[in-house]
Amino acid sequence: MRRYATLLAALFVASTTLAQVKDYREIKTPPLRKFAMPQPKRIQLANGMVIFLEEDHELPLVRGRALIRGGARNVPASKAGLTGIYAAAWRTGGTEKLSGDDLDQFLESRAAAVETGSDNDSSSVSLNVLKGDFDTVFPIWVDLLRNPAFRQDKIDLAKLQANTGISRRNDEPGGIVAREAGKLGYGASSPYAQQAEYATIASITREDLLDFHEKTVHPNNIILSFIGDFDSAKLEKKLRDTFASWPRGPQVTKPDAEPNPAKPGVYFIAKDEVTQANIAMLHAGTTRNNPDFPALVVMNEVFSGGFSGRLMQSLRSQRGLTYGVGGGIGAPWDYTGLFRVQMATKSETTLEAIAALRDEVRKLVNDPVTDAELSLAKESILNAYVFTMDTRDKALNQRVQLEYYGFPADYYEKYPALIAKVTAEDVERVAKKYVHPDALAVLVVGDESKFEKPLSTLGTVTPIDITIPPPPAK
Amino acid sequence: MRAARQLTMLVTVFVTLSVAAQDLASFEKRTHTRVLDNGLTVIILENHDAPVFSYATVVNAGSAQEIPGITGLAHMFEHMAFKGSDRVGSKDWEKERVALAKVEEMYAAYDRERHMPKPDDAKVAAAEKAWHDAVNEAEQYVANDEFSQILDRAGGVGMNAFTESDVTAYFFSVPSNRFELWAFMESERFRNPIQRQFYKERDVVFEERRTSIESSPFGRLTEQFLSAAFMAHPYGFGSGIGWPSDLHSFSATDADAFFHKYYVPSNMTIAIAGDVNPSEAWPILEKYFGQLPKKPRPEELRIVEPPQNAERIVILREQSQPIYMEGYHRPANTDPDNATYDVISMLLSSGRTSRFYKSLVRDQKIATRVSGFNGNPGEKYPNLFTFFAVPSKGHTPDEVANGIHAEIDKIKTADVTPEELQSVKTRVKAGLIRQLTGNSGLALRLAMYQTLNGDWRELFKEVERIDAVTAADVKRVANTTFNANNRTVAKIENAPKGASK
Repeated sequence: MRRYATLLAALFVASTTLAQVKDYREIKTPPLRKFAMPQPKRIQLANGMVIFLEEDHELPLVRGRALIRGGARNVPASKAGLTGIYAAAWRTGGTEKLSGDDLDQFLESRAAAVETGSDNDSSSVSLNVLKGDFDTVFPIWVDLLRNPAFRQDKIDLAKLQANTGISRRNDEPGGIVAREAGKLGYGASSPYAQQAEYATIASITREDLLDFHEKTVHPNNIILSFIGDFDSAKLEKKLRDTFASWPRGPQVTKPDAEPNPAKPGVYFIAKDEVTQANIAMLHAGTTRNNPDFPALVVMNEVFSGGFSGRLMQSLRSQRGLTYGVGGGIGAPWDYTGLFRVQMATKSETTLEAIAALRDEVRKLVNDPVTDAELSLAKESILNAYVFTMDTRDKALNQRVQLEYYGFPADYYEKYPALIAKVTAEDVERVAKKYVHPDALAVLVVGDESKFEKPLSTLGTVTPIDITIPPPPAK
Repeated sequence: MRAARQLTMLVTVFVTLSVAAQDLASFEKRTHTRVLDNGLTVIILENHDAPVFSYATVVNAGSAQEIPGITGLAHMFEHMAFKGSDRVGSKDWEKERVALAKVEEMYAAYDRERHMPKPDDAKVAAAEKAWHDAVNEAEQYVANDEFSQILDRAGGVGMNAFTESDVTAYFFSVPSNRFELWAFMESERFRNPIQRQFYKERDVVFEERRTSIESSPFGRLTEQFLSAAFMAHPYGFGSGIGWPSDLHSFSATDADAFFHKYYVPSNMTIAIAGDVNPSEAWPILEKYFGQLPKKPRPEELRIVEPPQNAERIVILREQSQPIYMEGYHRPANTDPDNATYDVISMLLSSGRTSRFYKSLVRDQKIATRVSGFNGNPGEKYPNLFTFFAVPSKGHTPDEVANGIHAEIDKIKTADVTPEELQSVKTRVKAGLIRQLTGNSGLALRLAMYQTLNGDWRELFKEVERIDAVTAADVKRVANTTFNANNRTVAKIENAPKGASK
């Protein structure tokens, strides 16, 4: 009640000065009420499984997820696309007891869901149920997690869907630039730029899926998280009873893969039926555990934060050249990212946009950040910080994320102080250290016949052929 | 009112309201509505978990309010609503006002010259230069993006807006100690928005058109589909981004006129969800939003789309892979059968137990995605029930069309099973529960329901109406709606480069 009284008092003070305010600077800002979202309870089993439980009694729902190490980056290039097939067929292929179709019927009639997914470094099996159905759905979720059947007909269906996706991957220019930029930045053979082809999809067998499951689904590779309307003590007991006897297995590791970026220069992908060019500029970035990360965050905000950043100000608001422009240093949690800027502009201003974007990258390195820019960037980040942890869901997901990537549990609490300490000199230093205007690989996707000048006026242009390789002969 | 489920939990929030959040009665305890003297509706939903709040301002006007010559203007104004007012965004308002008036004068002169039946090139060039000079002169007085910067600095997140055929919505989330700042800024932008940098922003919107429509197969297809399906009604204006010639023509003066006609308080709803205490908030809301002048409601749209009485087919032959759409005219959301249409959509396309998934995706394998959905492009006026399908590799739009028609015929001739109907109803009820959390989603939903359905409580009541739908209703509505002479088809057929068209 004390906090409420403080808020009440603060607003009362503000409202007694209710003369017409003509200038926003006259408006007083009371201090932000202190709060703390309840942190999840962390449990570690002897077999290495980590469990987080977050009670949330607002609604009669329970959501849970098993997050499992091992994803697309753990797949050899010859089987690119495996984790997509794996994730799809995991759910649709059902278990020994219940086919995928049986599962669909059972779950949907209860408005419940058990779903599977995969991404670059992990896979997951989740459940989402009304509280009253938790006891009936939980064992199904456990069975699917540990004993998927991977029925062949569902593998075939997943392959058809994957192949359909491949056949459509050049239809939208945004999709082309996203995919091809990754390949230019990491190198086409990188685990972070793998591209499924008809041939790699065709080579995937049921044994491959069982093998991937066998290699990854072990308690020491799994973080479970649950949020919802349950009693933590009871759920903990249930989870221990279910999982404590599960023996450890091989530990999933991450591949050794530094980006192998393309040489600086201009790369071109011809695309018809577009009235815009999509432009991306890339070189290597860094990782999150870099001590320079907070300074880089501030730098990124100055460069590209919302409407306030230099890119939007210059290229959109002032010059009307684009609807969307953005970018900065990428710093993923556990692998080296890319420096990447992207924009789309009408074909007739392609070279003007390339020059303008290059110019902004140079200015980032050469033009000192002003006091106004620095304070706007830092205040924006710090004042919005409350939104990193304003729900129980966020509190849970952050703890899972920190656990998964091996960061300290108090990382998010300590983070604002690191941002607050960043100076203009820090921003200038990291800009010079991490941003290299002359190392950029520039990718252009578009209809060159409509560009205001040929791309070759910029220098040597390397064409990239994105013709989809045909399916293997039967 | 129907009693909610037995799964009620009491929640102790620090303001000690008891919340069994999933039924209307308990939701109403923390929701407060007021209509200000000027007609503005404001809804406050309390949630004191964290010192944040989200809001949504929904204006009951969208691209359906446009006419040829100013298509795209509703969306254009939405962009302009971020450019500030006379008090926010200007370095010197007195000088800027004069400069902006000059811009309009020069633009009108240029527009006249270039639209002459026989334009005089020299005069057009001179007029264009005069206009560009005026634009550059006015630019010096702009405090670039001051409006959004103030809110960024204050810790606002998720600042955005959208324009649809029916409505225009503005929203973001703010730390709750900035409530008064937010009230000032949000009322300011609708008190006296200034069309600064209008012509630059028009270029930006044209880039948006190039991205979402012109360079996108799906965008091109839906634009053609909607304009073919509607002969008369402005729902045929497509995505709302505007026809290219209008995007090259309309003026800041036009945008101002649109604002003054439609952005009247009685045509607007603001919903706020989060750490807001109504007794402290109302005086602030009255102080800032109460100053928006009361104005007459704009007249209702009069045009009614005549019965189609035809099957219309649009074919795009492109390098992209095939896509298929077809739509059938159906009544507005006020129709007694609205709930039946929702049930039909879920029966046919929601989840893996749906008719489409089982038949077209799983068994026949002719599509990777098939859906049937309502409210295209809006729901306020008679609209389209639309089917959309992505053929799987090696299959054609005609195959999926046949597959869709076969499934439609089944629901026209045979009752859907009690199990299917019950499954839909269970999922709709659970879906409502799942929606009752999250400030930003709730603020937007409450404001949208208040605007499009007349009362935010419709969010709950529509679930009851869906619960009452019978198999006979489904069959009846399917028979009156899904007929060939009520159908518009649009499809992309793959025509590889170099193939003869």
